[in-house]
Amino acid sequence: MSVRVFVPGDSTACALGADQVAAALVDQARSRGLDLDLVRNGSRGLFWLEPLIEVETAAGRVAYGPVSVADVAELFDRDLLAGGEHPLALGPTEQIPYLHKQTRINFARAGVIDPLSITDYRRTGGFAGLDRALTLSGQQIVDAIKTSGLRGRGGAAFPAGIKWQTVLDTAADQKYIVCNADEGDSGTFADRLLLEADPLQLIEGMTIAGLAVGATRGYVYVRSEYPRAFAVLRAAIALAREDGYLGPDVCGSGRAFELEARLGAGAYICGEETSLLESLEGRRGLVRAKPPLPAIQGLFGKPTVINNVLTLASAAAILARGADWYRALGSGRSLGTLPMQLSGNIKHGGVVELPFGMSLRALIEDFGGGTASGRPLRAVQVGGPLGAYLSADELDLPLDYEAFAAQRAMLGHGGVVVFDDSVDMAEQARFAMEFCVAESCGKCTPCRIGSVRGVEVIDRIRADTERTDNLLLLKELCDTMEYGSLCAMGGLTPMPVRSAVEKFPEDFGA
Amino acid sequence: MDADTVDSRVANVLDRLRHLPGALLPILHEIQHELGHVPATAVPAIAAALNLSRAEVHGVISFYHHFRTSPAGEHLVQVCRAEACQAVGSRALEAHVKQRLGIEFGATTADGKVTLQPVYCLGNCACGPSVQVDDQLHARVSPQSFDNLLAKLGGNS
Repeated sequence: MSVRVFVPGDSTACALGADQVAAALVDQARSRGLDLDLVRNGSRGLFWLEPLIEVETAAGRVAYGPVSVADVAELFDRDLLAGGEHPLALGPTEQIPYLHKQTRINFARAGVIDPLSITDYRRTGGFAGLDRALTLSGQQIVDAIKTSGLRGRGGAAFPAGIKWQTVLDTAADQKYIVCNADEGDSGTFADRLLLEADPLQLIEGMTIAGLAVGATRGYVYVRSEYPRAFAVLRAAIALAREDGYLGPDVCGSGRAFELEARLGAGAYICGEETSLLESLEGRRGLVRAKPPLPAIQGLFGKPTVINNVLTLASAAAILARGADWYRALGSGRSLGTLPMQLSGNIKHGGVVELPFGMSLRALIEDFGGGTASGRPLRAVQVGGPLGAYLSADELDLPLDYEAFAAQRAMLGHGGVVVFDDSVDMAEQARFAMEFCVAESCGKCTPCRIGSVRGVEVIDRIRADTERTDNLLLLKELCDTMEYGSLCAMGGLTPMPVRSAVEKFPEDFGA
Repeated sequence: MDADTVDSRVANVLDRLRHLPGALLPILHEIQHELGHVPATAVPAIAAALNLSRAEVHGVISFYHHFRTSPAGEHLVQVCRAEACQAVGSRALEAHVKQRLGIEFGATTADGKVTLQPVYCLGNCACGPSVQVDDQLHARVSPQSFDNLLAKLGGNS
């Protein structure tokens, strides 16, 4: 009788040897005459335990990790396929506290299913949202999204329902759904993980969006740095099409929705929505002025819903389980769940999906286990390279869009990068400017030139050359970039820089 | 590959993809996938196929870090320079890699084995420092483990 064993095919898991572990497991099983049914699932997102393998026993799924090739023989010696005892045994996977304490909506199926199995997807509630959406009018679907309180999860947190309403209200011969999967922020990997673990959820969410606003075509723009995610998504789209969930006649409804995955080409700025649209159109990723909003004049000049992976994926759950159920999570104007991503110098890095409201400190300490190095935590950057640095005594902020904004910080896409006390905050400030130099689209002088000058000014400060004057100059340069830039690239580069200067003056020679 | 073969490979890609909405990026990706880079001779052909000027096509190619206009070495090594990897020592790794290979970012080793490039985020931010070698991602890379990787590539720069 064959025993199912799960080994993630996720990029991080494979970077830690999962492919080799999978091969060794198959090899060992064969040589011992054991019947092993290998499933390459997505990652559960508990990255410090990868490669994390699971065995489906009579009592349920039990986990072992982190497993290396060298461990495989002994695992079998200790009766792996029956869930035998072993130092790497973690017990029932879903009882692992890191996982158990989460509220997984977007990531409910991550690591549970085979990402490329429609059967697995259906069996775990997949396409229930789409089934329901097919019985509703476009306005009713939009109303559900509005009621849910869903805000864009890419970082700007704009109310998704309002965006969808605008597209629904704009008449056109063609409309589009575009998914922003250009997850360029350092410290973030939730989109990547979802694409590799549960791509059908995104496909379902985008189809629902298409039905809502009357869009019959969609594109997913995946960054070129995510080759595995792109491949898995393409395969999922092909499967969905084969089974009639995509195509000219979705689920026999007579409604059409065609979806295509497209690859980015290494430009961070193409994570900005209008730059992404330019790139999809085959142009340089220059940022467009708004108005006109993409909702009215977007891809190829047509009304376009452009949203982040998690935003669109959330639509599937919202339609399946109800807007009221979703908005009951979180509080204030931060409703539903946000998958936080713990990264950098962190002991237990991974995806932690929670309702809004927990404190950042609790996230970093209770889930993250503090720094990986064991040295004291000194700074945390939340919200990606354009987010503010927080000092060790500022961590009692609740994970809430408005609470972060009130502290001149940014929750963004939920990336949390932890630094220990070996960090040089002047070096980090310099990098913020350096990154802007590398990634600026070039349209705005304050961004294109300001960033270059920013690197020079910070270098002079670090070399103690007319430090006081240059600190003042840096402040004014930040003002110019903030007020004179068309988009957040130049506009928010001052955020990490200012936070570093203000909160860590000792690193700037004070 | 001789010039005629290059031209016909490019023509074949254009035949297959030119009718896609927003065809230029898919075309450039496919050409680079087949030929290892986007040769200068491809530019006029692409421009003609898409009714763009050569300057426009050149502008798109030069905008995106992913596209290269000359062949890379046998292996592409990309070292992540972004914040989460910095937090676990990527700067020191970067210095080691450059010293070990004897080249700066953007260059290829003298024996043609390795092209070194910076990359800003591979989505492996909980297990850095991250390095991508061709299509394979590597996690928790140290100077020592990088040297082991290099040895496996047969690179001895």
